[in-house]
Amino acid sequence: MLVRMDNLRVGFRTPQGVSEAVRGVSLTVGQEKLGIVGESGSGKSLTARSILRLLPGSATVTADKLEFDGIDVLSAREGALRRIRGKRAGLIMQDPKYSLNPVMTAGAQIAEAWRAHKGGSRRQATKAAIDLLAQVRIRDPARVAGLYPHELSGGMGQRVMIAMMLAPDPELLIADEPTSALDATVQADILRLIEDLVAKRGMGLMLISHDLPLVSHFCDRVLVMYAGRVVEEVKAADLHRAKHPYTRGLLECLPSLVKPKPQLSVLKRDPAWSAPQ
Amino acid sequence: MTASMIAVENLRVRFGTQDVVKGVSFSVPRGGSFGMVGESGSGKSTILRAVSGLNADWTGRMEIDGVALMPKRGRAFFRRVQMVFQDPYGSLHPGQTIDRALSEPLLVHGIGDIETRILRALAEVALPSTVRFRFPHQLSGGQRQRVAIARALMAEPEVLLLDEPTSALDVSVQAEVLNLLSALQKSRNLTYVMVSHNLAVVAHLCPMIGVMQGGNLVETISAENLRAGRTQHAHTTELRALSVELEDPEEV
Repeated sequence: MLVRMDNLRVGFRTPQGVSEAVRGVSLTVGQEKLGIVGESGSGKSLTARSILRLLPGSATVTADKLEFDGIDVLSAREGALRRIRGKRAGLIMQDPKYSLNPVMTAGAQIAEAWRAHKGGSRRQATKAAIDLLAQVRIRDPARVAGLYPHELSGGMGQRVMIAMMLAPDPELLIADEPTSALDATVQADILRLIEDLVAKRGMGLMLISHDLPLVSHFCDRVLVMYAGRVVEEVKAADLHRAKHPYTRGLLECLPSLVKPKPQLSVLKRDPAWSAPQ
Repeated sequence: MTASMIAVENLRVRFGTQDVVKGVSFSVPRGGSFGMVGESGSGKSTILRAVSGLNADWTGRMEIDGVALMPKRGRAFFRRVQMVFQDPYGSLHPGQTIDRALSEPLLVHGIGDIETRILRALAEVALPSTVRFRFPHQLSGGQRQRVAIARALMAEPEVLLLDEPTSALDVSVQAEVLNLLSALQKSRNLTYVMVSHNLAVVAHLCPMIGVMQGGNLVETISAENLRAGRTQHAHTTELRALSVELEDPEEV
C-alpha cells in the first residue's frame, strides 16, 4: 500500500475554539485509481494534502496512522518529506494559471523539476523536458517548451503541469480538481491522458473532484465525503447503486441531458450525516 | 408570445484585428429562454456582453422588444435588461452590505419604497431577511449567487442575461439556483439568455440552444432534438457525446 491513513483529523484554531474540517478519515491507496468526491468544504482537499503534510500553518493534524510507503508522515522531518513531495508523490492543482511561474518558460519549469529530483546537466534536463512534453501529447514540444504560461491555453497549461509532476517519476499522483478550470472537450482529453499515464507507469492516482459522474467514470472506487467524514465508499461501476442518502441526493440533483426533469430535486441535508459516530 | 423579445441579427464583434463574433443571428420570444454553449473563446460571453451594453464596439442589428439598440444605452435600457455573472464573489462589492448592493439599482433608477422592495426581493430568492446587513464574505456561494439574482431583479427587468450562473457552485446548490431561475421566469414572465459550458444545465432551462464554435453560431437546435441526438453539426454531436458519456456510460 502506498498510503495508509487511519482516523485523520485536521482542525483549525478559531476564536470560538477548534473547528474540525476533517473528522476521522481512514483510507488506503495502492496502485489504483481512487476518487474522492464531495462539496466545497467537505475536507477532500485537506485529506489529500495531509499525505504530503502540505497544510496551512494554522492547521493542526492528528492521526492514528498516516504513512506514505511505510514512512510516518506526521513525525517525518522536513528533509524526509522533501524526498516524498514531488519526487514520490506529485500534486496536480486546479488552475495552471495560478500554479505555473509566470516569468519562466514551460520548458525551464519542467527542466527545473527534473533537475531538482534527478540531478544531471542543464542540457540533459532540457532534453528531458521536451521528452516529457511529448509524453503529455503536446504536438510541437520543442516550440511549446519555449513559451511562457500566458501564451498557453488552459488545456496546454494543465499538460505542462502534468509533465512537471511526471518529471521525477512519482509513484502516486494526487490530482486536485485537475480539470474544473477547463472546457468539457479538453477535460475529457486531460483525464484520458492522466488515466493512460497512470496505467503505463503503474502509478497510484487520487482524483479529487466535486463532479461525481466524472470521477466514477475514471476511477476504480470512489469515496464520498460530507462534512469532514467519508460517508460512503462505492465501486465506481456500482455508483447507481449507492445507498447513502447524501450520495443519492448528489446524483439526483444533477440536470440530465437524456432524461429531462421538470424540476430538479434538491438535497435535503440530514443533521445525522455530520453527527459524530 | 407574438414578436420576439430579443432579436440579434448578423452581430459582429472584433477585438483589435481578431474577429471574435462573426455574424451571429438568433431571436428569443417573450418569456422564453435561449441557451448558448461552446468552448472558452468561442464568443458566447462576448455576445452576452454586447447585448447587455458592456461592450459598445459591435456591428450588426440588435433589438429588444422591437426597439433597435444603439452602442450606447440609456438608463431605460438597463431597467429592462440585467445581467447575472459567473462568480458571485467577484460581482458583489466586498465592502458593501447586501442591503447596499440591493438598494443601489433602486437609487440609480429613482425607484422609491426601498425598504419593502429589499425585503420582498430577499424573500423572492428564498434568503432569510437576516442576510440583509451581512457582507458578501459572510454568505455561502449559493447565497451570494441568490443575492446577485436578487440585485438583477431589483429594477424589475424583463430580460435577464445569465453568464454561467451556476458553474462556480456545487451541484446541490446548482439545482437550487436552477429551480429558482425557472420559478422566477414563470412568476415574472422573464426572458432569459443563458451561457454555459454544461449542456445538461442549458438543456434543463432552455428549449432552444445555440452552439458556438470559433465565433460562429454553428447550430441552433431545440432541447428535444438535442436530447434525442438529432444533431446537425459535428461540434454539437461531439459536445453531446461527451455529456452523455459522463452521464450514462452505457448509453453511448
